[in-house]
Amino acid sequence: MQTLMNVVVCAKQIPDPAAPGELDPNTKTLKREGKLILDDSDAYGVEMGLQLADKAGGGEVTLVSMAPNSEVSGLRTALAMGAAKAILVSDPALQGTDSLATAKVLAAAIKRAEPDLVLTATESTDGYTGLLPAQLAEILGWPSITFAKHIEVSDGTAKVQRQTEEGYDEVEAPLPAIVSVTAGVVEPRYPSFKGIMAAKNKPVDEVKVADLGLSEDEVGWKGARQEIVDVSPAEERQAGEIVEDEGDAHERVVQFLEQLKVI
Amino acid sequence: MAVSTTWVFAEASEGKVATITLELLTKARALGGTVEAFYGGGDADTIAEQLGKFGATKVYAADAGDALQGAPVAAAMAAQIEGGNKPDLIMFGQTYDGRDVAGRLSAKLDRPALTNGVDVSADDKVTVQNAIFGGNTLVQTAFDGDGPFLALFRPKSFAAEEGGGGAAEVVAVDVPDTGLSGQTKVLDRHVEETTGPKLDEAEVVVSGGRGLGSAEKYEMIEQLAKLLKGAPGASRAIVDAGWVPYAYQVGQTGKVVKPNVYIAAGISGATQHLVGMKGAKNIIAINKDKDAPIFSIADLGIVGDVHKVIPKLLEALQAKG
Ligand SMILES: Cc1cc2nc3c(=O)[nH]c(=O)nc-3n(C[C@H](O)[C@H](O)[C@H](O)COP(=O)(O)OP(=O)(O)OC[C@H]3O[C@@H](n4cnc5c(N)ncnc54)[C@H](O)[C@@H]3O)c2cc1C
Ligand SMILES: Cc1cc2nc3c(=O)[nH]c(=O)nc-3n(C[C@H](O)[C@H](O)[C@H](O)COP(=O)(O)OP(=O)(O)OC[C@H]3O[C@@H](n4cnc5c(N)ncnc54)[C@H](O)[C@@H]3O)c2cc1C
Repeated sequence: MQTLMNVVVCAKQIPDPAAPGELDPNTKTLKREGKLILDDSDAYGVEMGLQLADKAGGGEVTLVSMAPNSEVSGLRTALAMGAAKAILVSDPALQGTDSLATAKVLAAAIKRAEPDLVLTATESTDGYTGLLPAQLAEILGWPSITFAKHIEVSDGTAKVQRQTEEGYDEVEAPLPAIVSVTAGVVEPRYPSFKGIMAAKNKPVDEVKVADLGLSEDEVGWKGARQEIVDVSPAEERQAGEIVEDEGDAHERVVQFLEQLKVI
Repeated sequence: MAVSTTWVFAEASEGKVATITLELLTKARALGGTVEAFYGGGDADTIAEQLGKFGATKVYAADAGDALQGAPVAAAMAAQIEGGNKPDLIMFGQTYDGRDVAGRLSAKLDRPALTNGVDVSADDKVTVQNAIFGGNTLVQTAFDGDGPFLALFRPKSFAAEEGGGGAAEVVAVDVPDTGLSGQTKVLDRHVEETTGPKLDEAEVVVSGGRGLGSAEKYEMIEQLAKLLKGAPGASRAIVDAGWVPYAYQVGQTGKVVKPNVYIAAGISGATQHLVGMKGAKNIIAINKDKDAPIFSIADLGIVGDVHKVIPKLLEALQAKG
């Protein structure tokens, strides 16, 4: 008998990180206008999910995403890599949502997919609170292993190498579980032309907050219970001396280190 | 005073309290009120003295056993709070275990957490300061309502200073049943061998980036670090490329370093790299592109080829002995 392996991958869609970030002067939150893209950090989860389903000999990857304006561009990228379908939560009530409320929303969406395993990145590129995986796990009542640099699944158990300050720990947990993956856990594939074409017709189930059984008071501004009171520029470091190397620039470095009494 | 009791989530390894914990205890002391530590390891007795020195009067010991700390420690904290032992503020490091415990506690208590803090003040309200967009913009966020407020701070945000207290009183606390959530098991620990000073404690850090061209050239960086009695570091580009282990990475998703001297060789200076090193007292950058962003924060910028400048530098330093 084959064991099916159904994996949910949380896929955040974010403003292009190459473009300089900007805060909305009124709400003091990150501007999220314009086209969003798949957070690079989540490409690792997508690839890992696809490989685990493959190894189990069956199963599929379902994407779960919360994003404004029914955004699907980033989801299409992940679908083109090979994910089977997606659940997208998009609702004006979600504006201003903090990480805990995001976790409530994603947890409700994840339950619909009944996965064996949920993969997230260790932290998103735009918000990088890094709290979501643990919050999600607590809400679902599941074990979680964060900072995975290697994952193996067998007999209903996830075996993970978890990054630590000194090296890594070998950790295991029964499924269903949440695992957050670091960049470098696997090499994400590039979507093939066939994949990109196929992605256009893959199902994206768009839901609202109410469809998930959550109240609007729990999410968005009302849920956040914190207030940004001030935004100001940081003291900038100034550029110092610039030396074009004419073959002797190393001497200036030596001098500089001497002045600092490093040598 | 906005805080009368602050808890600090304490981390330690092999009987030695983590630097981040000492930093947080020092700051907690400055906020006024009582400072207490909350610890998930099994060896609270061995660290009580160190914790006390930095200001903790008590250490709550919730032994997580061989499970990851997130679920059991969060459950133990929540049980204390629900039982009426309620701090106004709980400070965590923005670390592996700090994030796990804070995330789970936030969900358990149904309270938000402020993350990536670089400073905190407690006047009428408890306000956390963040640095965003690679540190060029400071944001102050105040908690609404009553505590306990949960906040996570980036390493090196505060300088650790002893306060001269005696050993913290060890108070063993129960770890409630965490059901499935707590079913993680650490089977084995692997410690990567390192020589020389630790990256985040070294007085000199020499980091290499993609401009080195190939993995073999990283040896220059190691040699230079060794000659300067410093630690070698790296940009994420070369960690992702597999040239050096993740432990070498400096930046937003790596280590924060604040050495006396930071040397960036063949590193462009992406904001995610800068947040990890711009607290260095002196920055030297070597890059062949005169418009590389790293030069905008360097005290000494060498526009040149790392393959020419560094070998000569090594030679000169060796000659000096
Ligand atoms: C500069 C900045 C600072 C912020 N600081 C805080 C703060 O201190 N506290 C707070 O509560 N909120 C904060 N927020 C808001 C927070 O980032 C958002 O609420 C966000 O929706 C969830 O948090 P995250 O992306 O930071 O989570 P992380 O924990 O960093 O995300 C981990 C992973 O979870 C998954 N994930 C996260 N969000 C989604 C999503 N919408 N859809 C699918 N998968 C997802 C991804 O795999 C992601 O990599 C901040 C936002 C910004 C822009
Ligand atoms: C969410 C997120 C988190 C991240 N976290 C981190 C992090 O923690 N740390 C980090 O470092 N990055 C991080 N990054 C990546 C970061 O954005 C950059 O991609 C990375 O820092 C670039 O590394 P680099 O400077 O080595 O490479 P590049 O940007 O490719 O720069 C190479 C530089 O070398 C110079 N060069 C080339 N040849 C020579 C030569 N012969 N002599 C001298 N100079 C030469 C070039 O002019 C160029 O400036 C993160 C990115 C994201 C999205």
